[in-house]
Amino acid sequence: MACLLEAPLRISVLSEVTASSRHYVDRLFDPDPQKVLLGVIDMKNAVIGNNKQKANLIVLGAVPRLLYLLQQDSSGAELRTECAVVLGSLAMGTENNVKSLVDCHIIPALLQGLLSQDLKFIEACLRCLRTVFISTVTPVQLLYTDAAVIPHLMSLLSRSRRTQEYICQIFSHCCKTPDHQTILYNHGAIQNIAHLLISFSYKVQMQALKCFSVLAYENPQVSMTLVNVLVDGELLSQVFVRMMQRDKPIEMQLTAAKCLTYMCRAGAIRTDDNCIVLKTLPCLVRMCSKERLLEERVDGAETLAYLIEPDVELQRIASITDHLIAMLADYFKYPSSVSAITDIKRLDHDLKHAHELRQAAFKLYASLGANDEDIRKKIIETENMMDRIVSGLSESSIKVRLAAVRCLHSLSRSVQQLRTSFQDHAVWKPLMKLLQNAPEEVLVMASSTLCNLLLEFSPSKEPILESGAIDLLCSLTQSESPALRVNGIWALMNMAFQAEQKIKMDILRALSTEQLFRLLSDPDVNVLMKTLGLLRNLLSTRPHIDQIMSSHGKQIMQAVTLILEGEHNIEVKEQTLCILANIADGTTAKDLIMINDDILQKIKYYMGHSNVKLQLAATFCISNLIWNEEDGSQERQDRLREMGFVDILHKLTQSADPSLCDRAKTAMQQYLA
Amino acid sequence: MAELGAGILHGGDLAFNYQERELNERLKRLYPAVNEEETPLPRSWSPKDKYSYIGLSQNNLRVHYKGHGKNHKDAASVRATHPIPAACGIYYFEVKIVSKGRDGYMGIGLSAQGVNMNRLPGWDKHSYGYHGDDGHSFCSSGTGQPYGPTFTTGDVIGCCVNLINNTCFYTKNGHSLGGIVMNVVSHPHPPPPHPQPNLYPTVGLQTPGEIVDANFGQQPFVFDIEDYMSEWRAKIQGIIERFPIAERLGEWQSVLQNMVSSYLVHHGYCATATSFARATETTIQEEQTSIKNRQRIQKLVLAGRVGEAIEATQQLYPGLLEHNPNLLFMLKCRQFVEMVNGTDSEVRCFTTRSPKSQDSYPGSPSMSPRHGASNPHLHGTGADSPTCSNGVSSGKNKQSHNKYPGLSSSSSSSSSSSPSSANYSESNSTDSTKSQQHSSTSNQETSDSEMEIEAEHYSNGVLENSSTRIMNGTYKHEEILQADDSSLGNGLAEEGCTPRLLCGGNQAATERMIQFGRELQGLNEQLCREYGKNATHKQMLQDAFSLLAYSDPWNCPVGQQLDPMQRESVCATLNSAILESQNLPKQPPLMLALGQATECLQLMARVRSGSCSFARVDSFLH
Repeated sequence: MACLLEAPLRISVLSEVTASSRHYVDRLFDPDPQKVLLGVIDMKNAVIGNNKQKANLIVLGAVPRLLYLLQQDSSGAELRTECAVVLGSLAMGTENNVKSLVDCHIIPALLQGLLSQDLKFIEACLRCLRTVFISTVTPVQLLYTDAAVIPHLMSLLSRSRRTQEYICQIFSHCCKTPDHQTILYNHGAIQNIAHLLISFSYKVQMQALKCFSVLAYENPQVSMTLVNVLVDGELLSQVFVRMMQRDKPIEMQLTAAKCLTYMCRAGAIRTDDNCIVLKTLPCLVRMCSKERLLEERVDGAETLAYLIEPDVELQRIASITDHLIAMLADYFKYPSSVSAITDIKRLDHDLKHAHELRQAAFKLYASLGANDEDIRKKIIETENMMDRIVSGLSESSIKVRLAAVRCLHSLSRSVQQLRTSFQDHAVWKPLMKLLQNAPEEVLVMASSTLCNLLLEFSPSKEPILESGAIDLLCSLTQSESPALRVNGIWALMNMAFQAEQKIKMDILRALSTEQLFRLLSDPDVNVLMKTLGLLRNLLSTRPHIDQIMSSHGKQIMQAVTLILEGEHNIEVKEQTLCILANIADGTTAKDLIMINDDILQKIKYYMGHSNVKLQLAATFCISNLIWNEEDGSQERQDRLREMGFVDILHKLTQSADPSLCDRAKTAMQQYLA
Repeated sequence: MAELGAGILHGGDLAFNYQERELNERLKRLYPAVNEEETPLPRSWSPKDKYSYIGLSQNNLRVHYKGHGKNHKDAASVRATHPIPAACGIYYFEVKIVSKGRDGYMGIGLSAQGVNMNRLPGWDKHSYGYHGDDGHSFCSSGTGQPYGPTFTTGDVIGCCVNLINNTCFYTKNGHSLGGIVMNVVSHPHPPPPHPQPNLYPTVGLQTPGEIVDANFGQQPFVFDIEDYMSEWRAKIQGIIERFPIAERLGEWQSVLQNMVSSYLVHHGYCATATSFARATETTIQEEQTSIKNRQRIQKLVLAGRVGEAIEATQQLYPGLLEHNPNLLFMLKCRQFVEMVNGTDSEVRCFTTRSPKSQDSYPGSPSMSPRHGASNPHLHGTGADSPTCSNGVSSGKNKQSHNKYPGLSSSSSSSSSSSPSSANYSESNSTDSTKSQQHSSTSNQETSDSEMEIEAEHYSNGVLENSSTRIMNGTYKHEEILQADDSSLGNGLAEEGCTPRLLCGGNQAATERMIQFGRELQGLNEQLCREYGKNATHKQMLQDAFSLLAYSDPWNCPVGQQLDPMQRESVCATLNSAILESQNLPKQPPLMLALGQATECLQLMARVRSGSCSFARVDSFLH
């Protein structure tokens, strides 16, 4: 009701405002250029800080006229500059304002303006461009459409502190892809911007620093160049270290730490370099402390997670620095009960950052626990850690879910935790749920975690099976993504390890032999390896071997032959020979080999191979075939003797490799008995 | 060093001296606010304050265990020679584990004097420790809290105390392990009856073979403690700079304007004060003419023309000197000194050559004192030492007469301010613009009698012992001379080579001086009769007359008196006396505030409030 009553009033106010706005626009069309100038100046004063007014002027068509005036040489320097200032002010408004400006082709017009000789005008254009480009609604590609723009911007860097600030800010917001990095790099961004790091202006320093952080991110070429750059006789990395000093503004410390992190991850700085170990890492840990703003804590934790991800030594140092693991537990306490009471603004702020905080903490925990068992233990012992992960897995925010599952994955590498905390908290439940329908990156992580949960010693294995994991995993093997196919088949492999007959048959049935053979010819070698692993796990214990070989023997023998003939690496061949050895361990299955001359020749060939692993696997296979006390062993021994295997075995007993030697001797004994 | 053939022993000594010097420099840099005369810093373990199972070696820096080490009853600790001074603000030391011995039951931390040494640090009240065997932290309790990693042979363990927020943290191999709140009574106001006791760096060992080496600053620290300190320095300066004054903004501004204005008026910067008042739309309490009068008198004193100054005072402020015989006596003593110097008008009229050479007053910025560092340790470094060339009297020369004025002034005068030097002959400047904005033509760098405060040009001081008496003095005295006798101005060439002579070398002048000396003696006797004996007067007189005992008074043990710098204290005393007689404050509020702030910081150090070390008055003076 209240709304209805208020409505007419609003309209009348609006019409008044529109009328006054129209006056401003009308004045832009005055024939007297002096009056136009005064009109633009009045407009400038009217729109400052007034989003309503800005929107009105845009609706009333002020933008095309301003752009026209800006582009006319006849307008005169002052008018053109004032036009750029007003446009810049309009761009400061809402996203819709920026959209309208971009739609009016403001960017090419302003870029054209940069060719002017008048510094004030250039600065006004740059300022407006900056405002437009830092908006998320502006396509950054617009900066790169005209190839002449970047070199011209580089040349303008020397004009004034303002041009430096604005141009660096434009670069750091418009450098989103490796291609952008390369373009800027090729136009000398590093040389042109490096000396700005020691500018007297803090703003210029900061924007230059941000430029380097986006340029170096995941870019070895830029990073390798950066380490050798000297600024006023000082190495760039030392300049960054200085910017991380604790009395410097937080923003500067954090951004400098990012630069060094990216350079380190790109391989340009060693992970044991003092500037990483004693400076960057502690700086980033400080950024995670309670004293920092929520945004800074998010940024700090994410950057630290990225820095230490591949290096166990850095993980160990981080884990003992300033109680980081306990510090991160605070990330889950937003919005706090206090913030809800104190004021609504704070609550809003906390709510906005709560997801970001949680996902950042999960990411950092994931990195911390990636390799070291002690650290994993410390993480899990943190208050309510498993509960937090479990609830994180089912949060609405994809970012949080992904980070939570990453964290879980990292922790799932611990055998001890799989047996204890993981079981206590039934993490498999939300994990299975997550696998039902999730975006690919979540799926990759979740299925990878599932692989670990399906390890034979894991108590989660049973309930996961019961919840229909087999079908789910089989469907993953049909995915487009190699990573998902690997994880699917890997999980099946783990599931089949020492499994009961029923499970193995279920797997075979659900996967279907067609799919199994498709996977055996998968272009991804990891998929092939895990599929062979699955076969090997399926073909274990004699009754299982015989049963599977009786139903699928022909296809399996075909596939084995194919792989042994194909161009594959040693590991693949070894795995295949192991499968043969398993088949040779069957009772009835043995015949499938014995009747296959081709296979026997191949085994013979691999017994004489230069690679010990292959020799070993092949010998194992023969050893199984000639094993005494089994039906028909005598015939098999004779047949194989005829084929010359005894001579080979004899030769192998002289092998320098002790295990191969042992294996051959054991086999020879079968003949002697 | 041994290569020089000095022998190994000698070489070792040199190395030791070198280390000692490095230690001193590092400690000075880390703890600039600490006055080591009052509160020495820990530099080694105490051979007295230790349990008998502890052995010390290597200049009392290495600690080893020599007990049985059967159980915790065999634990043994040692404290450093001195407690940690509160003025450190943040204190840090490191210990290297040379050997973990049998079990590595080692504790690094802090304890108060009197805490049982038959224990590891942390187990008892007023002690804190981080233990190597379990990585736990003990805070005055027998049960430790899980804190950090364990430590063992080869590790470097650091302990940092933050006396600002009463926390401490330990480090391992340069990595900070996280803060601990020390269970200390927070500082209520007024200070608690039992303040937190002084803490000493402490280590404790418990099993045979355990050896640790301390680093109290002898070597660079593994952990970057200076970086940590810089954060707190920035924090505390930020608190001061952002001190909330929101509702009282207007009030605040008027207070500041008043401070500036009163300062200008006090020192007689008439024109500047007037334009400041105009710009800020404030009013000046004192009348223009009064300010100008004071300015004139001050300039006379600073120019060494004390006789004229006395005359002018008597004329402008009748009764002042009559009511203040001590002041009059002091002025007359100074007048005598200036006669010896050849600057006082009573002798100058006899000389033919320009008095300029004697007038030159070393008001060059290079020797302006820094801000009243009443405590020499606050400034510390050698570069800062000539701080009390004017105004600032450091303790012993509180009175305006100095037998041997501060070392600092003598060092500065010897460099450039000796009256004989031709350095200050600006006499050829005949510029006589109404305000004294005369442009220096000499080699005196930035010189202007107007108050152009530049980086080093700050010429006020705060007197010690909270008297906060302020003097000022970067006057140059040419202006007044230019105004008075325009005949001067030819002195430059002549003075360049003229040696300094008693009373300018004039016979008549010397006679006049002798006569004046007799009158002065008479005045002293008269004062003695009226007011009783006055040791100060006697000393002043004796010092002044002693000048005549030397053939070259400028280079004699009491020659310091002739330094024009000495005029400043006389000038300031006279100025204060005049202001007092006019019922105006005898010192400007700005200097009061400055003195109060300095004093306050010293008080904070005494009541163990650590932030005093990072709230430095000089970091707010530019």
